[in-house]
Amino acid sequence: MTTEPEPKLICIDGQEIPFQHGQTIMDAALAAGIYIPHLCHFPGITPQGNCKLCTVEVNGKPLTACTSPAADGQQIRNNTTELNEARKALTQMLFMEGNHICPSCEKTGNCPLQAMAYHLGMLHGRFPAQYPLRQVDASHPTIMLDRDRCILCSLCVRASREVDGKNVFAIAGRGIHASLIVNTSSGKLADSDIEPSDLAAKICPVGAILIKEHGYDAPIGRRIFDQHKISEIGLEKEIVARVKSDDQ
Amino acid sequence: MSDRLHLLHILHELQQKHRYIPEESIRDVAARFNLPISQIRAVVEFYAFFSTTPCGYYHILFSNCTSCGYQAGDTNLLHLLTEQLGVRIAQTHADRRVSVQETSCIGMCDHGASLLINGLPLIHLDSERITQMVGLIEAEKPLSEWPSPWFHIHDQIHKRGLLLKEDISAGDGLRAMLLRGRDETLTEISQSKLRGRGGAGFSTGLKWRLCKQAVGKAHYVVCNADEGEPGTFKDRMLLQQHADAMFEGMTICAHVIGAHQGFVYLRGEYRYLLPHLQTVLVRRRGSGLLGTTILGQRGFDFDIDIVVGAGAYICGEESALIESLEGKPGIPRSRPPFPVTHGYLGQPTVVNNVETFIAAAHIACKGATWFTSVGTTASTGSKLLSISGDCTSPGIYEYPFGVTIQQILQDCGASNVQAVQVGGPSGTLINQTALHRRIGFEDVSTGGSFMIFNEKRDMLAIIHRFTAFFAHESCGFCTPCRVGTTLLRKGLHKIIVGQGTRYDMAELQHMCELIRRYSHCGLGHTAANPILDGLQHFSQAFEQRLTQRDFIPHFDLDTALEAARQMTQRNDEGAHLDQGAE
Amino acid sequence: MTNKPKLKLATTSLAGCFGCHMSFLDMDERLVELLEQIEFDRSPFTDIKQLGPCDIGLIEGGVCNAENVHVLRTFREHCRILVAVGACAINGGVPAMRNHYSLQECLEEVYLNSPDTVNPHIPNDPELPLLLDKVYPVHEVVKIDYFLPGCPPTGDAFYSLLKDLIGGREPQVEKGRLRYD
Repeated sequence: MTTEPEPKLICIDGQEIPFQHGQTIMDAALAAGIYIPHLCHFPGITPQGNCKLCTVEVNGKPLTACTSPAADGQQIRNNTTELNEARKALTQMLFMEGNHICPSCEKTGNCPLQAMAYHLGMLHGRFPAQYPLRQVDASHPTIMLDRDRCILCSLCVRASREVDGKNVFAIAGRGIHASLIVNTSSGKLADSDIEPSDLAAKICPVGAILIKEHGYDAPIGRRIFDQHKISEIGLEKEIVARVKSDDQ
Repeated sequence: MSDRLHLLHILHELQQKHRYIPEESIRDVAARFNLPISQIRAVVEFYAFFSTTPCGYYHILFSNCTSCGYQAGDTNLLHLLTEQLGVRIAQTHADRRVSVQETSCIGMCDHGASLLINGLPLIHLDSERITQMVGLIEAEKPLSEWPSPWFHIHDQIHKRGLLLKEDISAGDGLRAMLLRGRDETLTEISQSKLRGRGGAGFSTGLKWRLCKQAVGKAHYVVCNADEGEPGTFKDRMLLQQHADAMFEGMTICAHVIGAHQGFVYLRGEYRYLLPHLQTVLVRRRGSGLLGTTILGQRGFDFDIDIVVGAGAYICGEESALIESLEGKPGIPRSRPPFPVTHGYLGQPTVVNNVETFIAAAHIACKGATWFTSVGTTASTGSKLLSISGDCTSPGIYEYPFGVTIQQILQDCGASNVQAVQVGGPSGTLINQTALHRRIGFEDVSTGGSFMIFNEKRDMLAIIHRFTAFFAHESCGFCTPCRVGTTLLRKGLHKIIVGQGTRYDMAELQHMCELIRRYSHCGLGHTAANPILDGLQHFSQAFEQRLTQRDFIPHFDLDTALEAARQMTQRNDEGAHLDQGAE
Repeated sequence: MTNKPKLKLATTSLAGCFGCHMSFLDMDERLVELLEQIEFDRSPFTDIKQLGPCDIGLIEGGVCNAENVHVLRTFREHCRILVAVGACAINGGVPAMRNHYSLQECLEEVYLNSPDTVNPHIPNDPELPLLLDKVYPVHEVVKIDYFLPGCPPTGDAFYSLLKDLIGGREPQVEKGRLRYD
């Protein structure tokens, strides 16, 4: 007779939660209903850890929760003033790095970046705006690519490869000049095989990839983040599900 | 695979042929390699030595390093060059004759101001040499007709220790290993307490053991010859003079871990060393020291390819290096898993520095005790230092670990020392009060860079150069480093030009902490070191530049009106703005 | 009840749409209550042109030209507390959409290439303030003490801000109420 093995536990902000072998800290936290702020993570897609918002302190060491395997006995600090201030600063860096004009953006109210800024209490951009000049690609009949708003989270890159079975996007360039590119000979979205029903077309956590002709579908008050907080667990599916396109 | 077919090499050939990489070539290469076109574009845009717009027939990359860069005393040789050529930096003239760009340290720090012209290092530059160069360019003389001494790199070894005193003969290390047995050789390496010479100092024996134990379809040995830390040039000398010992160390490692394929990842700045390295490889194959059945030992099959980088400091980080080996942009991977279990092509891989492999070869020959007799308990053996900057005898010095910085300064003829940057920009800035500190993993660690600055130097200018270096070399993967390094560069510049307020200073410090703590890899973790160390040891230098005003804009208001002034042809009082009242 | 001196409040709109000012008026009858404790100085509500020493200055709109810079500096000099109000003041907002283009492209499009242009030329009267190359947030030009996001901030948000400032408290934007549109 075998005895049940002791459940393995990690401890987040004093709360002990179980995890299964192979789970990351993020997986275990979300499964236990604990929110760790994140922008470049999406359940079911290979984590990358580039936005750094999900940084937690594991036994005193800063690690990204989305890429770090859970291990028995980890003492994890997550919802602390220091970490949330750092997350706010990182969010401000994302805002200032690109061109984010919320009132004129179709994604406003449904935008995880914006909702994250609300969650962290961001009142202004803090850092000097960089005003990059980036290319807009409106070539595709139903999908828009506005790089001004891209935060280089690579969710579209990964969603296209891993879920859609395509390879529409990639990140090119280096440092502050990194940019989202399209995997076509012309570099234009119109020549790619992306479709509005693809996850890559819907997963963007900012208004960089949008389905055309559906801007402002939901009136103020009925948008996702009028009704929800980004800290609600499992909201990702809802966000994607609510991206409308004509083929649905 | 043959190294001729490596993506980086094909792109290099295209860059040489067209002076840039045209769109149609990108498409052709994608088709030929059966790779997504986006991957080829990403690679082309990632590496500094590839360009998507034409460079000149003479393509000049002037080092901006504090030791081998264009700032020679009060003379800015880069400005002198571009003025005399009548070109602007990073803009190819319409006649496509010549183009001039800045580049990070090219590893010629013991040879004064240096540049790469069509990939070849040109050293000991001064105003006179620049004028001569311009003359040759204007006369359209091919480089083969330029005075050959201009290109001659003479390694200056001022102090020889454990490794440099007595070279081992090709094959001696391998024979010693076969005699001793491979497990026993690994034990010997472990007992020598050899630690990685790249700077991080991980135990070599443990690394080899972990890799040997890791399960995989194949195991790989990779030599990190991407010596990109500004101020480091000891690998340049080792590659030139001790290539055999390096290959020997790699081959020993291969036998220990069970690898059949190895790579040397050579930094693009050292491409000129490639023919020499290839010759040594050919010779070793001919002598049965590489290839199949090495030294007649059945099953001992191992060969080495050389892959040449293309201008990316980040590829010195082992997982970025592996990405680059795989023909991708050099973006560091998330760890764990580590390369010892999931490295090249996802297989167990040992990545060690040139000097580490050479030390390993020596240890295989001479034993662990010979090695541990030198150095300290935590840092056994010796360390090769690349000494540059303000001293009478720059060059290579090999010291036992534990040597004081003071001793080194005496030996190389440094006087009126204001500061020493040990370990390059990512390392430690030492001021006069800390010269008693010792070189070693337990005190001041270094991959080999040792840059000396005398009292005439403007420390803020140096710190700014280092900060700009990291902004230029950040891979762009993670938010704090991608955005933060640029904010640091701009924020420090504001202070240097006397426009920084106390608030700006506090913001700069805050950004330093953020980048240090939250970045993805070592580049980000250390990118703020120059400023943080500077604030600690040279706070006066910062203080003196701060303005007493409580606010000054980050951008120049009057410059922001320039476009409008030009379009309206106005220059009246109302067409100008100052930066704000006192 | 003590006769505490009223706080002086000034407001202005730089590169903005006056939407924030309209929203300010959405405080409706609460304005009457506030006027017990504040009085207006220079503001579109009063038509006072000359700014005197003030306790609070509210800035709507971003900085798009030289005149904006002068007005903003005047406010900074005269106001003890300066608040950036609304999306445009805080990050340039809708006017900053022109930052995607060079100033030359913008002016040529409007004054030279537009199909209905008569006598095409770029105005250069010295009376006209010159445009900056880009539209900037106000905090990039002067020091700003507090920020009130929203496009526009709601009447409630204005009320809460002013009550905090009148009460001598650090203004707090309640998390659930924070929005940028």
